[in-house]
Amino acid sequence: MSGKPNPRVGLFVTCLVDAIRPQIGFAAIQLLEEAGCTVEVPQAQTCCGQPAFNSGDNRDTERLARQTIAAFEGFDHVVLPSGSCAATMVHGWPDLLAGDPDWAARAKAFAAKTHEITSFLVDVMGYAPQGRRLDASATYHDSCSGLRELGIAGQPRALLSHVEGLRMRGLEGNDVCCGFGGTFCVKYSAISNGIVTEKAEAVEKTGADLLLAGDLGCLMNMAGKLHRRGAKTRCFHTIEVLAGVASGPAIGEEG
Amino acid sequence: MQTATKTPFKDRARAALADRTLKLAIDRTTGTAETKRAAAVAGFPEFQAARERGRAIKDHVIANLGHYLEMFERNATASGAQVHWASDDAEARAIVTRICLNANAKIVTRSKSMLGEEIGLPHALADAGIERVETDLAEHIIQLAGEAPSHIIWPAMHRTREQVADLFREGHNPPPEAEDPATMVQSARVQLRAKFLGADVGISGANFLVADTGATCTVTNEGNAELTTTPPRIHIVTAGIEKIVPSTAHAFALLRLLVRSATGGEMTQYTTFHCGPKRPGDADGPEEMHIVLVDNGRTRMLADEFREMLRCIRCGACMNHCVVYRQIGGHAYGGTYPGPMGSVLTPVLDGLAASRDLPNACTMNGRCAEVCPVEIPLPTLLRAWRVRSWREGLEPGTLRAGIGLWARLAHRPRLYRLASRIGVRALRLFGKGGWISRLPLAGGWTAYRDLPRPPGRTFMEQYRARQKKGTRT
Ligand code: SF4
Repeated sequence: MSGKPNPRVGLFVTCLVDAIRPQIGFAAIQLLEEAGCTVEVPQAQTCCGQPAFNSGDNRDTERLARQTIAAFEGFDHVVLPSGSCAATMVHGWPDLLAGDPDWAARAKAFAAKTHEITSFLVDVMGYAPQGRRLDASATYHDSCSGLRELGIAGQPRALLSHVEGLRMRGLEGNDVCCGFGGTFCVKYSAISNGIVTEKAEAVEKTGADLLLAGDLGCLMNMAGKLHRRGAKTRCFHTIEVLAGVASGPAIGEEG
Repeated sequence: MQTATKTPFKDRARAALADRTLKLAIDRTTGTAETKRAAAVAGFPEFQAARERGRAIKDHVIANLGHYLEMFERNATASGAQVHWASDDAEARAIVTRICLNANAKIVTRSKSMLGEEIGLPHALADAGIERVETDLAEHIIQLAGEAPSHIIWPAMHRTREQVADLFREGHNPPPEAEDPATMVQSARVQLRAKFLGADVGISGANFLVADTGATCTVTNEGNAELTTTPPRIHIVTAGIEKIVPSTAHAFALLRLLVRSATGGEMTQYTTFHCGPKRPGDADGPEEMHIVLVDNGRTRMLADEFREMLRCIRCGACMNHCVVYRQIGGHAYGGTYPGPMGSVLTPVLDGLAASRDLPNACTMNGRCAEVCPVEIPLPTLLRAWRVRSWREGLEPGTLRAGIGLWARLAHRPRLYRLASRIGVRALRLFGKGGWISRLPLAGGWTAYRDLPRPPGRTFMEQYRARQKKGTRT
């Protein structure tokens, strides 16, 4: 746990949360405040740049990185409800800007204080949700970037264990990619479909009511496939459950 | 050495996806490999330490490649072998066929070597009128099928046992009497034995080249390499220059990693070191031994960002753990080497223009790097190809235009927020209820899955509205 009692956190909302599922952003604010942080959402943010980064367009990614780093430099921490965007900022940006004398150090300092939200809540704030209850069975998919680039595995599970009534079920191939891969799922959609079909089958096999994950991209992919297959599984971001808003509509349900 | 006219990657992938038998065969083999590797790694507590040592050995060799290659040449020559250098695939093919033709060879036996495939040896031998006999059981199968390997460890893994039985019935004389594995293997053995003894030249690859002894090291599970390399008069080893290790002990350190990562075993059945041809008084062995050291793009890699790829020990773990490989199999990649390692190597060998799809057709999930026994950062290298492809203008114009437009917005937060506001409202028009099942510009998405319909107001809009009202959440 880090020293400061009431750290100032800059929340990076991610483009998908902004457009598709704003309530994940509000859940993030709620949890961070419960954990004792002061939260602000800087208006100069847009996207972590993955569409460009993963297409090999370094120039645009770098420009975006500089702009975002500058916008968040005043905060004690930068927190995101996405392991994949966080990994881009933590590993991708410092690598990209390593050769830039004006920005290398700033990118590094920025990376050092940037966190995916569940790991931030557990590892930095030592937070555990109180008085949450959800009577449901759930299974959890480990999204790849968070898992492999940031080592997120125990934190979301630890947090979820505090939700009363929630029964966790193992998912076969929980650490196998769901086939989203950003632009991959559109550029190589047939291959992506093969991958997400296997994922959906594994999810259905658990018989769990809910599918949880820490990245909206993966969730949209899996939820979209489950819905197309007529499965009844309801999909939520982990922090929606933690914030107690998973009693409301799941992804793709009318509010 | 790929032919110029190939169907596009996406078509090959689509054909593979439609082939349910193929999927069954891939799942069987890679699934078993995955489970066995996991067990082997779990039962080897020093695995991480061994990995780091393996990586260090390879890095050391790569940094001193010239030194060790010269040492190897000196010691191999001293043991009576003839060392040849080939700068590219054409030269390598020419050297091997010349040796065969000089020896008046009619039949050549070959034990599995991916490098032989890389340099296009099968075609070169056929063009020279030399009969080539694949001695590895899996290679025998694909030779009967007229195919290339689809995996670097299990070349015929794309074929089910039932399909193999059909191939044997047609290709074996007499055909096997039953379809059980034992009978089929026995049948292959009978077919191959006659060839083993009648071959003039045996060609093999090498897993390691040992610098301080000049020996070449080959590992197999069937013993066919021994039969390929010992009875014929001439033994030719073809190997990439990166296969060098300083000493036998280093070869064993890497071997432990190789076998566990490839098959989940602890040791291969056969590990053979060849050190020169038959000497006076030796009971057996070839009269001549030739070692062809092949560069074919490797020194180029030494100098660029793909240098780390030279650590690869060809274990195949990356492909066994790759979601894309497991959907499309090896042939869809269209190069000699499939899977993640192939997607890094094929652009080196065939040129990026011909293979730009490969580094792109990856979700960047990182599992390949997680299992790679020599810690090659495969996703990073794949992205390096994407960067080159972008820089060289090889990426499609529509993508470039799309990213360009998106980037212009992303660099202007106010405009970006306005565009998102309009975007989500427009998106809502395409669906009803909570889902969108048809979308004009994202057909790739909605062809296979529904898209959650956005609620209509972005987070930023809602957040600012709440702030104005003074209520935060
Ligand atoms: S890249 Fe790594 S995992 Fe893949 S074949 Fe080479 S050594 Fe094995």
